[in-house]
Amino acid sequence: MAINAIDAAFQRLLEEGRTALIPFVTIGDPDLGTSVDIIKTLEQAGADMVELGVPYSDPLADGPVIQRASERALSNASVTLADVIDVAAQARAAGVQLPFILFTYFNPVLQFGLDRFFDLIVSKGISGLIIPDLPIEEDAELREMAERADIHLIPLVAPTSNDRVTRIAAKARGFVYCVSSLGVTGVRADFHKGIDEFLATVRSATSTPIAVGFGISNREQVERFSKQADGVIVGSAIVRKIEEVVPLLQSPDTKQAGLEQIRQFVSELSGRA
Amino acid sequence: MIEVPDLNGRFGKFGGRYVPETLMNALLELEEAYKRYSQDPEFIAEIRNLLHKYSGRPTSLYHAQHLSEQLGGAQIYLKREDLNHTGAHKINNTIGQGILAKRMGKTKIIAETGAGQHGVASATVAALLGLECKVFMGEEDMKRQELNVFRMQLLGAEVVPVTSGTRTLKDACNETLRYWVSHVDDTYYILGSATGPHPYPMIVRDFQRIIGDETREQIVKEAGRLPDYVVAAVGGGSNAIGMFYPFIGDDSVKLIGVEAAGRGVDTEEHAATMTKGRHGVFQGSLSYVLQDDHGQVLPAHSISAGLDYPGIGPEHAYLKDTDRANYVPITDAEALDALQLLSRTEGIIPALESAHAIAEVVKLAPKLSREEIVVVCLSGRGDKDVQAIMGYLNGGGVNNGH
Repeated sequence: MAINAIDAAFQRLLEEGRTALIPFVTIGDPDLGTSVDIIKTLEQAGADMVELGVPYSDPLADGPVIQRASERALSNASVTLADVIDVAAQARAAGVQLPFILFTYFNPVLQFGLDRFFDLIVSKGISGLIIPDLPIEEDAELREMAERADIHLIPLVAPTSNDRVTRIAAKARGFVYCVSSLGVTGVRADFHKGIDEFLATVRSATSTPIAVGFGISNREQVERFSKQADGVIVGSAIVRKIEEVVPLLQSPDTKQAGLEQIRQFVSELSGRA
Repeated sequence: MIEVPDLNGRFGKFGGRYVPETLMNALLELEEAYKRYSQDPEFIAEIRNLLHKYSGRPTSLYHAQHLSEQLGGAQIYLKREDLNHTGAHKINNTIGQGILAKRMGKTKIIAETGAGQHGVASATVAALLGLECKVFMGEEDMKRQELNVFRMQLLGAEVVPVTSGTRTLKDACNETLRYWVSHVDDTYYILGSATGPHPYPMIVRDFQRIIGDETREQIVKEAGRLPDYVVAAVGGGSNAIGMFYPFIGDDSVKLIGVEAAGRGVDTEEHAATMTKGRHGVFQGSLSYVLQDDHGQVLPAHSISAGLDYPGIGPEHAYLKDTDRANYVPITDAEALDALQLLSRTEGIIPALESAHAIAEVVKLAPKLSREEIVVVCLSGRGDKDVQAIMGYLNGGGVNNGH
């Protein structure tokens, strides 16, 4: 079996001595075609892999920015799980090389059917999967299917995970997603006060790469965590930037200008401005 | 009879803990504390004492002879949960969880509310126990239930408007969970229904089972035997599971849960989760859910804000799929008729939620003999709904509702 694209990316980054920049975007915000363009833009701006968010009616782990993006995607385009997977395939066909990680709440996957779901994501070039409402207590069946399909099931660990960290990290594939602060996703100035110790605990619990997310919004914060982690995830800050330029993205005349603003923002984050 | 839930919080295949990792530790801590204190005689005595002296339990089991006669069939008994302090069964649970919160050393409580009943019951217990209280309520519901908003404020609680999603109960629940994630250190979440992630469906059932325990004892004392039917309204399902639970092992007792059919199960405006929903994961557990083909949760509709919810507790899903309980829909119009019938025949104005259970009895009782016994959970009183009912009755019927 070929090496999973996420593992390959981390190997290359390790050789180059770089930390992965992993943007999250809600697919279908503001529409599916534009999402393909945004993914291309993220790659040009120096992203190393990308999380493709499936819009959901009840996004429990998400703050207001990503909630609004979900609402836009659902009300503008009734975006489905299959639509998001299809956007990944379109982006790949358009030449995007980035590894794709699907970020979805569990119910859309459950309704789609687990067998059908794994067949589809394998065929459409998805490499990893994050399901924020599927803790290790509930993931046995899905984890086994993911292993068989060579899809990396990426788990979340939180500063409150305590003795769960070892158990979670032991099963992690791809990377361990370390939640930087208690609460939902969203831009914030402060991180959990025990964050450094927490990251050190996760680091010592596994040889799998670790990435930090939740609340990271600028280059300074990206640099801060680059010292401790193999990857930095930026979600709400990019989704908020997209929200700002939605009016530009929705008109053919101004679309490029909108994409350019996203490119600039992400370039600053990646340090490749 | 198999004891449910199992160690993983499963009622058969239903239940579980489908929550972000950030909440897992809080749920495990809660489960641990509950296990310990629910065996502690002092803890149990403290709750019993408050239920008795503060809330007025045991509530009576009333033989509704006029209603029985008028319907011309079975003997109908009403379990009068409307006689509780704050006017509904919700206080059984908030007293229990409030004391649990104190034992766990928490100084703040949070709660979600739809119609405001659970919010009022939480604010009441917070005042009683000296806890700080925030109640999350959808902006739409705040408009519909102004009086309850004021009651909560009068009791010293802060009512936090929820502006996300549907701006009703569903999103109030989401917002409460989100707030809890960032404040788990000092904050206890009093969940109001038998829903959500384990251990909540179990805890809420255990604190509400007093309804069924008392009913069982009272009916045996009064009629000399167990009832033939036990009927209760279900939204999330806390009064129903409390009523049903002590009867689950009695095969001769038929259990009927009554859900809100809104404008009809063939319309898109209902809350008939069992009739029209499918298995799915919603707000922390696997159960029946009103959802579209792609797993997006649908907004619910009912004249009763307490039943206006697209999910249902996992133990009810288990009772349905094991054929132990039967779930039937009642429309807004049927509930409104039943509310008026009970008001006129017995002088009891039921809450709109409870009126759904009464409406099912109106259909059921005439088909039964005079020797048969139907017990209904009258989960709350109708005072909170009087203004809305006035609007429906004077303003051209139920289509002018929300």
